[in-house]
Amino acid sequence: MPDDQTPDGRPREAIHENDQDAEPAESDVPTPSDEVAAAILERFDGARSVSSHGQPVVYLGRSQWRDVAEFLRDEQQFTTCVDLTAVDFLTAVDRAVPPGVEAERFEVVANFLSHARNRRVRLIAQVPATDAEIASLTPLYGGLNFPEREVFDLFGIKFVDHPDLTRILMPDDWEGHPLRKDDAPARVPVTFKEDPRPS
Amino acid sequence: MPLDQIPHNFLTGRLEDIVRWARRNSVMPATFGLACCAIEMMATGGSHYDIARFGMETFRASPRQADLMIVAGRVSQKMAPVLRQVYDQMVEPKWVISMGVCASTGGMFNNYAIVQGVDQIVPVDVYVPGCPPGPETLLHGILALHDQIRTGELLKRRADSPTGGAAVSLAV
Amino acid sequence: MSEPVDEEELTEEQAEELIDELDALETARLERQTGEGAQELTRGQRELVLTGGHWPEPESDETMIINMGPQHPSTHGVLRIMMELDGETLVRSKAVIGYLHTGMEKTAEELMYVQGSTNVTRMDYASPLSNELVFSLATERLLDIEVPDRAQWIRMLLVELNRISSHLLFQATNGMDLGAVSMMLFGWREREETLRLLEQITGLRMNHNFIRPGGVAADLPDGWQESVLHVCELVEAGIDDYDRLLTENPIFQERTVGVGTITTQQCLDLGITGPILRSTGFPWDLRKEQPYLKYPEVDFDVVYTENGDVYDRYRIRLFEIAESIRIVRQCVEKMPPGDYRVQDRKVTPPPRARINESMEALIHHFKLFTEGFRVPAGETYVAIESPRGEIGCYIVADGTAKPYRLHIRGPSFYNLQSMAPMVEGAMVADAVAIVSSIDPILGEVDR
Repeated sequence: MPDDQTPDGRPREAIHENDQDAEPAESDVPTPSDEVAAAILERFDGARSVSSHGQPVVYLGRSQWRDVAEFLRDEQQFTTCVDLTAVDFLTAVDRAVPPGVEAERFEVVANFLSHARNRRVRLIAQVPATDAEIASLTPLYGGLNFPEREVFDLFGIKFVDHPDLTRILMPDDWEGHPLRKDDAPARVPVTFKEDPRPS
Repeated sequence: MPLDQIPHNFLTGRLEDIVRWARRNSVMPATFGLACCAIEMMATGGSHYDIARFGMETFRASPRQADLMIVAGRVSQKMAPVLRQVYDQMVEPKWVISMGVCASTGGMFNNYAIVQGVDQIVPVDVYVPGCPPGPETLLHGILALHDQIRTGELLKRRADSPTGGAAVSLAV
Repeated sequence: MSEPVDEEELTEEQAEELIDELDALETARLERQTGEGAQELTRGQRELVLTGGHWPEPESDETMIINMGPQHPSTHGVLRIMMELDGETLVRSKAVIGYLHTGMEKTAEELMYVQGSTNVTRMDYASPLSNELVFSLATERLLDIEVPDRAQWIRMLLVELNRISSHLLFQATNGMDLGAVSMMLFGWREREETLRLLEQITGLRMNHNFIRPGGVAADLPDGWQESVLHVCELVEAGIDDYDRLLTENPIFQERTVGVGTITTQQCLDLGITGPILRSTGFPWDLRKEQPYLKYPEVDFDVVYTENGDVYDRYRIRLFEIAESIRIVRQCVEKMPPGDYRVQDRKVTPPPRARINESMEALIHHFKLFTEGFRVPAGETYVAIESPRGEIGCYIVADGTAKPYRLHIRGPSFYNLQSMAPMVEGAMVADAVAIVSSIDPILGEVDR
């Protein structure tokens, strides 16, 4: 993608023009250049916004997760949540996060798309390892049924109020959550038939 | 009566050879497509490569009607019991081709999810290398299997056969 | 059993004996059936064979639940569907997936960025080049490099050729699922030609690993223009055939028109993209809406229809082949000269000739392929339009040569959720047509 375009495919100037419409947010947090991020920050305390390679990213408290999604859907025309996944930062808890955000082991990441406005925004929530659960967005965005089950299956993060939170990819009797960094080795030893070593 | 006066033509041969000949020429594969290799397996059945030349165009949907399972693709831990069940439902005599490196050894997916070689679950007769093997490679594997059927033991179960149910390695 | 025992008179000991005896018989039967030199399952034998279907009890006694798959000829792989039937009518359905779960996202954490496209290309095996492209674009975004014009045009050419072969695969399997075997043979006939062309360019029929971070693996071979144009003509003749064979065919229309309808609103809610969304009268195509590569410089139309049924999805894919041919022709016309990969020492190995004469070049080449290149810490999400809809790649980089986390948003994974609303109220036989029209690739659903 050329550098002079945002992930939305619009020229960068277009975004800056829109900035004038954005209301100023809290004084201690710099106003993000993206209008959607600015709108979220204005409405929700404690949200932090960064621009990641030209894409607006909003870091949220776990408790705001569902409210922000509802806000995006009902007031900002973000009719689709295109992707939901999670990241296990077990070996990188001291990673760089925006000031004011407390880094936890898991991050739940959701990408929203507004067809009407041709924009994207990414929400990230921190989920601690001790109490790995977050509100389900399936009641708002029906398409998140499978992805939330996938995250539950592979990371063990519970989605509260999900209609059918069961394993989706692994067998039902599987133990563990393979995409966690401390679970399921990415490499398993290969045994050969003629291998003289005891297996 | 002299032979040239016999009104009908007939062939004589050992029953064993005739049965083997018949088996070799009408192998019915079960549709067991799993991943990328399944696409190439279907391409082998398509008009260009035309698996019908080897009497194998009748891919059977029911394992009860099939005698060859072409394991085409990676076998996951979740799929493994299903694969075994399908294999168990097939009637003797039956053969297995392990198509592609994922089915043969796990391939590049050396991880928690993939069975590292389908021979941990079912006995394999022919391994076909490639990722995915092209239709030519699969046809070569099928011909190797035909050869095995033509020369193999007729009545013994596979585990007791001269090759011990072991694989024919396929150098391509 | 030694002697017939009356159930009522059974003492505890006798009962145990009986159970043991039955167990022994069962074991012997199993051994007879399965003891053929095969080893046990590695993770211990599992008795549950079909798992994962959780449903509340059926609402009435009149319905029954039947199971389709995972080994079923018309499910495009290892999809399993649980269907609740009232007579011949489908009350509800549920897709059970995971039978092809390959752990690719875990494997991706073990592979360097230079190796990464080998892995992602095997997800959506019907359009592997789209996967490579989205992974490469995401990596390039993190590296903050821009690939040369020629590389972008080559990528566009390849992705469109791949879209043609993917839609031809759909036409073939869709025909097969609906019982139109001639359509299947026609589809394979043309697809074979496009695969041969891709083999000429990339070296492989599938899983090419050709589009890599920094450009493409090699320049186009000599005489590629003639081959590409030749294939374009063949495929154009082919889609005329399909058009004449199916589009106005009353039997085909009977089975597809008005079957499996879905509305735009349902699609947006379920995160459905690609031809299914476009079949509902919503012309959303990322190539137009959020362009990447050189799509703004080529002339093509977004195909969409109004009815959102199986028939429309068939037509959209048929006409998209024609649009892709248009783009491919323009690629041939406008292909600029220049480099096919970025000349950035960080990500590109030195040219072969330099390796022969310079020790430093050899070392550089060696280090690039053993240690890989480092990608600065950060995260990004890149989305492109694959033949099945929006394919996205979310990468978290931690400054090393391997991704900390790589996630692919497979369009089929989301599109499969459209099955439940589509089959409601349909007949069992229609379910096959509906699943076929979704065109799910299970490798991408399960990853």
